[in-house]
Amino acid sequence: MSPAPLRPSREGVLARVGKLFRTTAFKLSLAYLVIFALCAVVALGYVAWNARRVLDDQIVQTIEAEINGLQEQYTAGGLRTLIAVIERRSKEPGASLYLVTTPAGERVVGNVGSVPTSLLSKTGQFEISYGRDVDTRNIQHRAIVRLYTLAGGFHLLVGRDTEERDQLRAAIGNTFGSSLALVLLLGVIGGWFVASRVLKRVDDMTETTRSIMAGNLDGRLRVAGTGDELDRLAQNLNLMLERIGELMRGMKEVSDNIAHDLKTPLTRLRNHADEALRGERSPEELRGAIGAVIEESDGLIRVFEALLTIARLEAGSARESFSEFDAGQALREVGELYEALAEENGLTLSVEAEDGLMLVGNRELVGQALANLADNAIKYGAGGIGERSIAMRAEREVDGVALSVADHGPGIPEGEQARVLDRFVRLDDARSRPGFGLGLSLVNAVVRLHGGALTLRNNAPGLAVKLSLPRA
Amino acid sequence: MRLLIIEDDRAAVAYLVKAFREAGHVADQATDGLDGYAMAREGGYDLLVVDRMLPKLDGLSLIRSLREQKVETPVLILSALGQVDDRVKGLRAGGDDYLPKPYAFSELLARAEVLARRRASAPGTSEATAYRVGDLELDRLSHRVVRAGREIVLQPREFRLLEYLMRHAGQVVTRTMLLEHVWDYHFDPQTNVIDVHVSRLRGKIDRGFEHALIQTVRGAGYVVRAEEPRTT
Repeated sequence: MSPAPLRPSREGVLARVGKLFRTTAFKLSLAYLVIFALCAVVALGYVAWNARRVLDDQIVQTIEAEINGLQEQYTAGGLRTLIAVIERRSKEPGASLYLVTTPAGERVVGNVGSVPTSLLSKTGQFEISYGRDVDTRNIQHRAIVRLYTLAGGFHLLVGRDTEERDQLRAAIGNTFGSSLALVLLLGVIGGWFVASRVLKRVDDMTETTRSIMAGNLDGRLRVAGTGDELDRLAQNLNLMLERIGELMRGMKEVSDNIAHDLKTPLTRLRNHADEALRGERSPEELRGAIGAVIEESDGLIRVFEALLTIARLEAGSARESFSEFDAGQALREVGELYEALAEENGLTLSVEAEDGLMLVGNRELVGQALANLADNAIKYGAGGIGERSIAMRAEREVDGVALSVADHGPGIPEGEQARVLDRFVRLDDARSRPGFGLGLSLVNAVVRLHGGALTLRNNAPGLAVKLSLPRA
Repeated sequence: MRLLIIEDDRAAVAYLVKAFREAGHVADQATDGLDGYAMAREGGYDLLVVDRMLPKLDGLSLIRSLREQKVETPVLILSALGQVDDRVKGLRAGGDDYLPKPYAFSELLARAEVLARRRASAPGTSEATAYRVGDLELDRLSHRVVRAGREIVLQPREFRLLEYLMRHAGQVVTRTMLLEHVWDYHFDPQTNVIDVHVSRLRGKIDRGFEHALIQTVRGAGYVVRAEEPRTT
């Protein structure tokens, strides 16, 4: 599969935009934007409403104070004084609106051009439209007015123009609108920016994983170094790739080793058969050659059997066959089985096992693991320079049983100890000896099947192998 | 002996039939489970060699059905499956022995002969309490071994080894069979660990005697017999 070519065609652009809209980052930014806009509307609306309320209160208070003052003047000096005061006040800058009419509604004094005629007979507070003066009566302004009936039937109207208040309200509205627009614009751009950045990184990752899938196994995801979740994801994926790579290298090593280690006996097998065919051979010679062929193929069969056993153990299905058995007894039996062979090789094999070391597991497999270890100990212990003895021991541990086999052979250098557990690994000086390097791998597989641990230790000199098996 | 081989791999069947005939036995064949079942029910066989994977009726079901029908012919199971727990399953189904593939024919022959003989010699009777091969006597009750009137002292394991060899006197016994029956382990002994035990036993039984009773069969195992080994 190859990535789609990014042509700058209309469809391509649309597809890219569509892809952008579908990204989680963009959707998230959009959602935040909507929530933020709603919050802004509520907050600004509250501010506007409050400002208006405050301004209205101020206007009403001013009007009330004026009415009180004018009423006092009227009470003290009658209509004449009232007219004089109103005339004077009307000339002051920022004056309020005044209108005094007769009980019949005829104008006496005031700076208001026109008011709705129905209004004059009422008392109380109103918000009205009015004309500023007689000439421009059709220019309507808004005002809050209060009507009061004076003693003697005269109507007094005091009001304040609301232009200032309305301008402020308009200003708040404008600010509100433009800032909301700005927020939305910035939000969309920000969302776009974040989403496309994320999208680019995700596209990068997709691209890299594709190339890895296509066979570029050394490819790794780019880590931006920001420590964000995409970085963490990339780091983890890289670690995973590293681990897979390790396993693949391990597998490759195993198959290389298989190829190498099986080629040798196969070649020998072929040589034996070849030899039998060449020239005149006596029946004894022929039988010998065929016997050798069978021996070699038996060896090969043994290798495959060991490989299969290890594979099955690693699959873990053998756990179904677990039952309780005496591990000390198993160790004694294997010790007894190998004692004669050890003696034959000039070694003494000592067995020490506590009683009642019960384990839940597969006796056969633990026995085979111990047999492999005993076999190795004899094979290598015989060539050792140290004390010619092998010690097999079964001891109780805190939560299980420790089975160990220790020899005084050449041992295994510490750096190589982990490696010998791998399949087909045979240290160089062991290459000349019989065997296929599967013994310890099988022991390791058995131990792992039982949930235990395998430890190799320098027996100074020699090798001590300990199997720590948990009780259940 | 007369045996029936139930195995679907025709090449393997042909090879086995030929090999068993060369060893002096009569071998019939069936290539699927149902045929095999029908032939085995007819009876008259000393041994059935049954592959686990068979068309129409798998090996274990076949054995189970035979046992339900009270057909007690010994069964040797052949299987390409591993040996960790399949062996147990095979024996539980009613098999008498289990041999994982690939096997050496000598191993199969030795096991087949032992199984068939067991049926021929003791149908329902208890085992003998003493064995005698030539001038060698083994008493299972008193745990005494005597050769030509002279008592031989054996370790318990050596006694069991000799006991097993003598019970199957005249039959070839392989190293894995010895490991199975004397030590109760079913793995393949990697080195000559069994040989060492046999040679020690031989040292006690045959040393100082002109005729060796415990004989090595090249490429197969051991046999205890009174007469001289056949020269081939």
